[in-house]
Amino acid sequence: MSDSMVQVRDVTKVYERGKQKIEVLHGLTLDIPKGDFVALMGPSGSGKTTLLNLIGGLDQPTSGEILVGGSRIDKLSSGELAKWRAHNVGFVFQFYNLMPVLTAEGNVELPLLLTKLSASQRKKNAAVALQVVGLTDRAKHKPRELSGGQEQRVAIARALVSDPRLLVCDEPTGDLDRKTADEILGLLQVLNREHGKTIVMVTHDPKAAEFARRTLHLEKGQLLEQAAA
Amino acid sequence: MTKTGFVVANLFRKRTRTILTLLSVIMAFLLFGLLQSVNSIFNAGADFVGATRLMTQARVSFTQPLPLSMVPKLEAVPGVTRVAYSQWFGGVWQDNTPLFVFAVDPQRYHDVYPEFVMPEAQWQAFTNTRTAMVAGKQIADQYGWKVGQKVPISSNIYPQKNGSKAWAFDLVGIFDGKDENWKKQTNQVLINHDYFDEANQFGKGRTNFYILRLSDGDRAQSVSKTVDAMFENSPDETKTQTEKDFNLSFVKQIGDIGLIVRWILFAVFFTLLLVVGNTMAQSVRERIPELAVLKTLGFSDGSVLGFVFAEAFALCLFGGTVGLLLATVAGAMVEKGSGGQFQLRPSATVWLIGSAAIVLMSIAVGLLPALRARRLKIVDALAGR
Repeated sequence: MSDSMVQVRDVTKVYERGKQKIEVLHGLTLDIPKGDFVALMGPSGSGKTTLLNLIGGLDQPTSGEILVGGSRIDKLSSGELAKWRAHNVGFVFQFYNLMPVLTAEGNVELPLLLTKLSASQRKKNAAVALQVVGLTDRAKHKPRELSGGQEQRVAIARALVSDPRLLVCDEPTGDLDRKTADEILGLLQVLNREHGKTIVMVTHDPKAAEFARRTLHLEKGQLLEQAAA
Repeated sequence: MTKTGFVVANLFRKRTRTILTLLSVIMAFLLFGLLQSVNSIFNAGADFVGATRLMTQARVSFTQPLPLSMVPKLEAVPGVTRVAYSQWFGGVWQDNTPLFVFAVDPQRYHDVYPEFVMPEAQWQAFTNTRTAMVAGKQIADQYGWKVGQKVPISSNIYPQKNGSKAWAFDLVGIFDGKDENWKKQTNQVLINHDYFDEANQFGKGRTNFYILRLSDGDRAQSVSKTVDAMFENSPDETKTQTEKDFNLSFVKQIGDIGLIVRWILFAVFFTLLLVVGNTMAQSVRERIPELAVLKTLGFSDGSVLGFVFAEAFALCLFGGTVGLLLATVAGAMVEKGSGGQFQLRPSATVWLIGSAAIVLMSIAVGLLPALRARRLKIVDALAGR
């Protein structure tokens, strides 16, 4: 059995904007072992977020193969991908993307509506996830009543609650001050080291990248190591 | 948290907007309930009447009276078993409250309308007392009239010979209907035609319309043709129709109520579609990123479509139900206030049509936003494209 959590094989991604075709990734190949914490860095337009979206099953490659946890996700239909995401990936965004009409607890519980868990079990799991991120006392608060750091913790709890093996984080500290950013990155580190979560994080911030086990650099749609080779 | 809770929470994200939209829906369905009931009232007069009666009036209009000399001729038409006649009195009670008052021949009327029930002694008293009147139970109850009292009723058409339009009649009987439908028709007053004919200042020996009782409902068409042919090219040409058609054409003197109601409701619902449709479209437009997050978390395209549809349905269902309930309450109050004369309470049929309207409106206002939500691509929506 492979030790890879993510295998990207010769992936190309072309976007069509009107009549224009933009090739964002050019035959990219990448392996991320289970339990790794990878920071993806690179200038704007280098294809970091595109790669993250492909690994997270939010988008499909134009060509090439993507295996996550042994599953070929580039061949899945939209409905199958949605199911796959619900069980296998947790997402953390730069601007948190919480539901403003729900409390912290409700936001964390949201992905569990896709499971067959009872209402009480869902509530219990959400409470555990909030406890992991240290926000038990803010469970009944709505996002607008929380600070940026607290909102991001809720988002991390939401990403964790279904117990996925892979977390994809798109600039999770991009909207936070240094101190709060370090707290959030510390939390991701704990999730990686103590809970065995594989984490792929896009960041512009070299200090944030220091929290990862390794850093990969992208430029013009290719990994720098690949480009050099 | 449940899916229903999530839908409700989203519905009230802009509380003021949702409440105002809900009020529009409630108001539309309140109007729908009341106007459909008005329409039913006007049509109800036609639905239950027997097929064994024909109404004959002047061809031009029933306001143009016909001579009583027609009675024997009408009675001689094969298939006609009895002829009654009825004259519009233009009754007014107290402070200009219009009353349905008709001058009739008591015995003939009794024979032709067995559906109106009253003790035989009271029919006799009506026949034998020149100044007699009998009142329907609904109207007698409404004004608290008792048998034996003298009831002053004015006419806005016919003065007495002394020039006074104030008349007074002796109430000798109160009639009821034989069943629920006919009980609803007891909002009229009958006076003795002989007395009216003698005492009024205008023309004598005339009436507004004849009521022909038939031996067999199947002969209605042939009898009406025979009657109208009989008076063709005479000074008193006639128009004979079934009681149902007569009732409908009587109502249409006011206007085509059904058409008026349909147009009002069309305008109301068209406006409502724009209001609710705009609310739904706006609501989806402003949370495209949230819908994308739902899909990111693993909700399928169909689930997201379902959430948006559920919001549209909840809005229409709640507003529609409250509107129809208010129409029921308002209708009951009008019914009570009018002594049962105006039965505005929405019937089961109105509720059924209302329910169908709720479903149709939900589809109409929810479909496009729901499809938009279903179609959105996660990466584009998250990137704000």
